[in-house]
Amino acid sequence: MLTLAVAITSGCSRGQQNGHGTAGKNIQIKGSDTIVNLVQAWAEEFTKRNPVVNIGVTGGGSGTGFAALLNGTCDIGMSSRLIDPKEIVKAKANGIQPVEYKVGLDGLAVVVHPDNPVHNLTLDNLRDIFMARKKNWKDFGGENRKIVILSRESNSGTHVFFKEHVLKRGNTKSPEEFSPEALLMPSSQAIADEVQQNPHAIGYVGMGYICQALKAVAVAVEPGKPFIEPNVETVMDGSYPISRPLFLYTNGEPTDYIKIFVDYALSESGQKMVKDTDFVPIGGIGDEKNKRLCY
Amino acid sequence: MRKIKDFVIEKLIFLSGITTIVFVVLIFAFLLKEGGTFFYEHNPLSFLGGKLWYPASDPAHFGILSLLVGSFLITLGAAAIAVPLGIMCALYIAEVAPASVKDILKSCVELLAAIPSVVIGFIGMVTLVPFVRTLFDLPTGLTAFSGSLMLAFMAMPTIVSISEDAIRAVPWQYKEGALALGATKWQTMFRIVLPAAMPGIVAAVMLGIGRVIGETMAVMMITGNAAYIPSSLFEPVRTMTATIAAEMGETVKGSMHYSALFAIGLVLFIITFIINFIADSFMRRAKR
Repeated sequence: MLTLAVAITSGCSRGQQNGHGTAGKNIQIKGSDTIVNLVQAWAEEFTKRNPVVNIGVTGGGSGTGFAALLNGTCDIGMSSRLIDPKEIVKAKANGIQPVEYKVGLDGLAVVVHPDNPVHNLTLDNLRDIFMARKKNWKDFGGENRKIVILSRESNSGTHVFFKEHVLKRGNTKSPEEFSPEALLMPSSQAIADEVQQNPHAIGYVGMGYICQALKAVAVAVEPGKPFIEPNVETVMDGSYPISRPLFLYTNGEPTDYIKIFVDYALSESGQKMVKDTDFVPIGGIGDEKNKRLCY
Repeated sequence: MRKIKDFVIEKLIFLSGITTIVFVVLIFAFLLKEGGTFFYEHNPLSFLGGKLWYPASDPAHFGILSLLVGSFLITLGAAAIAVPLGIMCALYIAEVAPASVKDILKSCVELLAAIPSVVIGFIGMVTLVPFVRTLFDLPTGLTAFSGSLMLAFMAMPTIVSISEDAIRAVPWQYKEGALALGATKWQTMFRIVLPAAMPGIVAAVMLGIGRVIGETMAVMMITGNAAYIPSSLFEPVRTMTATIAAEMGETVKGSMHYSALFAIGLVLFIITFIINFIADSFMRRAKR
């Protein structure tokens, strides 16, 4: 009991030191639920090689990661979207200098129940579905049932990416929004769970969540173009239309163990782990173009 | 010496008493400070009456009408289930049950209060939600109805234990008088005991409702969180509490979204304050 108490208090004091910016042996990583499993895998392997380092990895969404980075409560923010210009302004105000590292790629899979007869959808179809312009599966060759739209909460990078690339088509000024009728689920796992037990639901999750009990829809850019299924090859060659880069953000040029960790993530064995967790590795290891200063 | 001791203890007790008040006032002041900045730039009427909640969009929409409707719908549904059930249960425990059953039942009800809300939410998500979907042939089981049903379980313990106290506080002369005049046990219970205990029961109901309206975790997991105004209990809803819980993590301190969430907190605080005030005034009447 006593040793436990000692362990807890010492853990706290180390955490506090770290919060004040001194590079310690305790790394706090926060952000995107999409890559939380990948970063957790990196962290486990990293602490095996460097047993003096403690790494805490928590999800919550890309927005949560940026908020934590800007409020100085984490060392590395993980994100499945680019940092927002507004967030850069706030970072400046808080004296934070975000540095961006592209660490992998992810295909966003649109998933339905395996019993759903709909296999193929175009980007326009997806926009109609998620904005509830068309509300019935029979419009897309399915049963005569209402479509249940599943989305993530607005703090999710996946939510923002899907909105910007499928609903707004890259034009951030255009007014498209998810339908208010969309169910906002607290995590990607919650979407996967609901789709598995509800044959009329449709949702979007990172490629890592695809499993036997979920069917990923093949997507075409426009009618007449081929329908492409999400997998490592189609994301890597860019033919799958809904894919996105994954990022780590640090405050300023990383130093000490934070730098070693980022270098590890970008190394060959780190990138192999990207592939093992069903994401797509970046090309060009050690390439400076995967790094960007955002201040 | 004795006087000093008296003085110290008296002041200590005074201090413990006053801290609660200080905490409440501080919480309210903090909510007012953080949420108040929202109303510098936004009209309270368009906040309360706006139908669109798109806090992270550009331009952002901060309308909480659908969230208010969601919270009230779930509370109303939970009350409709928990109130009759809870009062009957209290009557049974206080008036009908034999001593052995009474003890078991009472501890079971108290145990129900001890289940954490996340566990209730989880159980609801894996058992109730698919069941509701197939039973009523709905598009999805993540509905206000599922939320109400689960929350009714959470309000029950409060309603049962406080109602039971109120029923037992009814003077025995009332009952003996009724029975002596030839009323049956059933008539005594419904026409004498229940009306006499009514102020206490109303207080119990209000406190139970207060618990439901502030509940967060369970509703976030089983109500679907769709921010639109539902047309029935069998559609998804989003509550105020779930909105705060789901979105607080992403907001940067001082942003408009941040103060909008605090403004929701302020609205919730005022609602629960009113409910507690009503409960309190009935409680006082019950004592008289």
